[in-house]
Amino acid sequence: MTWVTRGAMVAGLAFLYAPILVLIGYSFNASPLVTVWGGFSTQWYGALLADAPLLASAWVSLKVAILTSLIATVLGTLAALVLERQRRFRGRALFTGLVLGPMVMPEVMIGLSLLLMFIGIGLDRSLLTIVIAHATFCTGFVAVVVAARLRGLDRSLEEAAADLGAPPMRVLTTITLPLLAPAIVAGALLAFTLSLDDLVIASFVSGPGSTTLPMRLYSRVRLGVNPEINAASTLLVGLVSLAVLGATWLTGRRHEA
Amino acid sequence: MSGPPPRLILDGLTKSFGTHRAVDAVTLELQPGEFFCLLGPSGCGKSTLLRLIAGFERPTFGAIRLGDQDLTGLPPHRRPVNMMFQSYALFPHMSVAKNIGYGLEGIGRAATAERVADLLRLVRLDGFGARRPDTLSGGQRQRVALARALARQPKLLLLDEPLGALDRGLREETQGELRAVQRRLGTAFVVVTHDPEEAMMLADRIGVMEAGRLVQIGPPTELYRRPANRYVAGLLGDVNLIPGQLGSDEAGEVRTVATAHGSVRGIVAPLLAAGAAVVVAVRPEDLVLGDAGLPVTVTETTFLGDHLRRTLRLPDGSTLRASGRPTDTDLQPGSETRAGFAPEAAAILPA
Repeated sequence: MTWVTRGAMVAGLAFLYAPILVLIGYSFNASPLVTVWGGFSTQWYGALLADAPLLASAWVSLKVAILTSLIATVLGTLAALVLERQRRFRGRALFTGLVLGPMVMPEVMIGLSLLLMFIGIGLDRSLLTIVIAHATFCTGFVAVVVAARLRGLDRSLEEAAADLGAPPMRVLTTITLPLLAPAIVAGALLAFTLSLDDLVIASFVSGPGSTTLPMRLYSRVRLGVNPEINAASTLLVGLVSLAVLGATWLTGRRHEA
Repeated sequence: MSGPPPRLILDGLTKSFGTHRAVDAVTLELQPGEFFCLLGPSGCGKSTLLRLIAGFERPTFGAIRLGDQDLTGLPPHRRPVNMMFQSYALFPHMSVAKNIGYGLEGIGRAATAERVADLLRLVRLDGFGARRPDTLSGGQRQRVALARALARQPKLLLLDEPLGALDRGLREETQGELRAVQRRLGTAFVVVTHDPEEAMMLADRIGVMEAGRLVQIGPPTELYRRPANRYVAGLLGDVNLIPGQLGSDEAGEVRTVATAHGSVRGIVAPLLAAGAAVVVAVRPEDLVLGDAGLPVTVTETTFLGDHLRRTLRLPDGSTLRASGRPTDTDLQPGSETRAGFAPEAAAILPA
């Protein structure tokens, strides 16, 4: 590596991660002024634990993320099985587009259209509507992750199981799903992460009492940033990083477990 | 098992992929307990035929029967037939014992454990039950795959290139083992292979496939000595093909062929009319150099340890290959002689 490419890499990584490092650094700031360093302190993490509205929002976000990842994982896995294992059926291309579409659709559009639909069918906005909205756009991500692994799975393993007398359901539960498990868990973690940090869609479809953590943080920032927000954001970054690292590790692993 | 073992019957079996006929009107009757080899180059349809029997492909036309039972429409898991895959297809997330026991659902834990132990003994892998497939060598995996495929006591075992993934030395050893296991169990085996030597070593009968068709079925010696056409003759070993015209003088099995260098005699293939353009197929080891036969010049002699290989030139410039004992060194390159053969050693085939 020449010093040019090395320098470019450092600059690129700094561009991506320096703001986050600054945020983490200032979350340990003793001073209540965000941009003035006043010594090391963990007081803002303590303040966080006493902040009931923020904790309530965190709890909402966690519930939404868990439910979303459950629903998206089931739907996404089923979609992947259809995409990869049902080779020929009418409208396969259309189906692929429909499953993967929400991944590339602008979030504002998803949020707005879902809001109109919920109003149209008379569903009151609540935690449930956020879960439905998040599952809608997370399903495609799970499907992509699971389908990729399914494509790499030796077809003859499933044939061998059928050959040994296993009906299709037993093949699915004893061969296909166990071998897909790493990808399914990775997909679930991905859905969890996507749901946890979504602000745009949640803003459209949440109702009173179901303010998610990103929404709460955003509204606080508009009134002025304080180090407590930094502390909350640091915790959120930590949680999301863990989930992403877990997902990466699981998808990269060979099927030995 | 009650009654005689059922025999497999393929009746006009055809499989088309689009306009391509991968398997074309294959009719075959397998003897009980037979070791049958499907031989042919890759793409000749032999693997597709195996997949049709196993149930992974639905035939376009034709029927598959095992004794009185019609298998044609049955899904793979309902067929009393098992298959050993070319890749072995061992379940990577299960131990060796779990792999072998996978097909033994519903007979109880104790019976399963006992049967798995028996099978491990059969393939000489006692004590390997707890291992994972990825900790085994290629030869051991092959044996696990065999044990798993035999677990359900299939009436017919299909093997797709069972030795294809093994090194040369191991392959010869395993051929013997496979043969021994088949003899011991008396199960009919259908093996797909592209290796003629392997087919001849293993099989009671060989079916040669060419472009989806079963062109000849017979014991190895018959295919080697009496090939039905040039393709089979060339597939099973080195062969000299001498072009000529079938004489009209006789009616028996042994007929005369007029070649550019004199007439020769051989055994005629069925359905060849007098005057037809033919080739006379003679194996190199059946050419006798001496006083009788076609006039030839020795152009090259190669010592190959257990035999001598000579290249002979006919007057029109075409060449013949002859093999002889390594001690026959009197004919040096340049010497003129005659190459003859016994009529029983020559097959007259359609040109």
